[in-house]
Amino acid sequence: MTTRLDARFADLAARGRAGLVTYVMAGDPDRETARAILKGLPAAGADVIEFGMPFTDPMADGPSIQAAGLRALAGGQTLRKTLEDIAWFRQNDAATPIVLMGYYNPIYIYGVDAFLADAKAAGVDGLIVVDLPPEEDSELCLPALKAGLNFIRLATPTTDDKRLPTVLGNTSGFVYYVSITGITGAATPDFGKTAEAVARIKRHTDLPVAVGFGVKNAEHAGAVARGADAVVVGSALIEVLKGSLDSEGRATSGSVAAVTGLVGSIAAGVREARKAAE
Amino acid sequence: MNAPLKPNSFRSGPDENGRFGIYGGRFVAETLMPNILELEAAYREARKDPAYLAEMEGHRTHFIGRPSPLYFAERLTNHFGGAKIYLKREELNHTGSHKVNNVLGQILLARRMGKKRIIAETGAGQHGVATATLCARFGLECIVYMGAVDVARQAPNVFRMKMLGATVVPVQSGAKTLKDAMNEALRDWVTNVETTFYCIGTVAGPHPYPAMVRDFQSVIGEETREQMLEREGRLPDSLIACVGGGSNAIGLFHPFLDEPSVEIYGVEAAGHGLDKLHAASISGGKPGVLHGNRTYLLMDADGQIQEGHSISAGLDYPGIGPEHSWLNDIGRVTYLSATDDEALEAFQLMSKVEGIIPALECAHALAKVGELAPTKPKDHIMVMNLSGRGDKDVPQVAELLGTKL
Repeated sequence: MTTRLDARFADLAARGRAGLVTYVMAGDPDRETARAILKGLPAAGADVIEFGMPFTDPMADGPSIQAAGLRALAGGQTLRKTLEDIAWFRQNDAATPIVLMGYYNPIYIYGVDAFLADAKAAGVDGLIVVDLPPEEDSELCLPALKAGLNFIRLATPTTDDKRLPTVLGNTSGFVYYVSITGITGAATPDFGKTAEAVARIKRHTDLPVAVGFGVKNAEHAGAVARGADAVVVGSALIEVLKGSLDSEGRATSGSVAAVTGLVGSIAAGVREARKAAE
Repeated sequence: MNAPLKPNSFRSGPDENGRFGIYGGRFVAETLMPNILELEAAYREARKDPAYLAEMEGHRTHFIGRPSPLYFAERLTNHFGGAKIYLKREELNHTGSHKVNNVLGQILLARRMGKKRIIAETGAGQHGVATATLCARFGLECIVYMGAVDVARQAPNVFRMKMLGATVVPVQSGAKTLKDAMNEALRDWVTNVETTFYCIGTVAGPHPYPAMVRDFQSVIGEETREQMLEREGRLPDSLIACVGGGSNAIGLFHPFLDEPSVEIYGVEAAGHGLDKLHAASISGGKPGVLHGNRTYLLMDADGQIQEGHSISAGLDYPGIGPEHSWLNDIGRVTYLSATDDEALEAFQLMSKVEGIIPALECAHALAKVGELAPTKPKDHIMVMNLSGRGDKDVPQVAELLGTKL
């Protein structure tokens, strides 16, 4: 089975460049603005979109993404609406892979079978559920794979060679390497070490490896892109969006462009990275 | 949903995956998994090591002051006019509550594992104070996460922790209460996973915490059993304890779970009432996944976690330990709830009638003792866990009763 993710990474490999994975939060700061951002991401240079499912208690996320989730929830965003937003996006874009990222409880309460059916129908390609390690694969990972969705796992600096096979076992689509032991948007990692880590993971898998956590600008993205199949940027986009809001926390006329503008500049950094290295 | 099968023993859980029936588990970020597995292995070793157990026993005796008395509450018994009421005096422990039993076990384990940086979450501050105390005793760095709202309403405990050398970090994220303190402690742990031991204060969180904390608290029930056999020559007929996360309750209950003659009652915080703001996860919530485990939680229809409310900062957590969820579903323990008003009344009653100022948490249990005891015959023996003293609550109660201190 070839998914949109498989096709996109094959295409990137054929072009000889790294991909850019962008994370934005559904419903942040309001549903219409979030939809406009979602729609604008591919043209701005996003190769894969991670769409955040808001949750009240995102225990692996830093302040930026926590606040984004709470803004979205305050605006009435729900998991059902998030799936509708993706179906809306798919009316005009059949190619860009979309990965839903978040925490398990809203999915569990929605009902795993109903969620997988509705996500597939909406045009979702993969899932990243932060609080479902391999030890809990029977909850969602195995049913998701059966439903034809990719299940993308996070590998971290604490995932040693002994544990990597467990982590990679049911992973598909790509592997998301978290470059720091920490929460999203925290310290900037030593990007020299990420290339080593990617090489280590690649000894265990043929899947593409995307690297994220701590990538804030085009320069970081370029450094990561030299040694990885894709670069993930999230908190930096959330931050620039937050910076564009008015004093009441509402979107302004510049909000969408603030995000797509930063995506454009980071995308350029990613695309130039390997050329510059040659 | 089908009723779960009755097991041969109610004391054999959790299974190797950390499950009590469908509850429990290890719902954490990958960064923490290696640590949780390491902790599980270290605890499995330690609990079989006579040196570790002997060290714990020594500190229980000389530092905490165990065994705690099992006290016949004669005046409360006469007041309610039914069951004979005993109080397990956990409030007499060093630091003023049962929390220290668990912290001692975890800190000794942290020392064995070579971890020198201890983090903890706290709501009312009792667990934070117990953790700060043992870190001071053993010369360990201590960081306590506490919701900014709780920092404001529990000022005496914040000062106690600082006196004991701990760093108290007010948590400004989310609703700024206990659940957010736990989120922040988990974020710290994710960031400092190599050096840091996370000392969880209740029987919740990812496996092995619910089982490990229960084991450390089971000293309460084990002593109660021995003391009761000595005093009355038989087992009690009923046990009752308040339940937030549920560590004092499971500590009393667990050694009696396989005694079919013993009725067991947990009392949740019904706040303003179960149809209003409350913190009764079993009586007013449903099963979900938060903070590493599946258990009964307070949430909305979209699976977003809701704030618990209780007069007692120690009970206003929107979840409950997974073993309690299982004991509820399987019917071994009956979960009741008491409102803020009922607890406040019981708080005053115990102070006046028995000469003991209870923690507001325990006052919830006493409120239900007041309902159950009169329906029982005079030879019925009921044990209530008096898990904490009420000194910390005096300023708050004074304000609620309209007295300016």
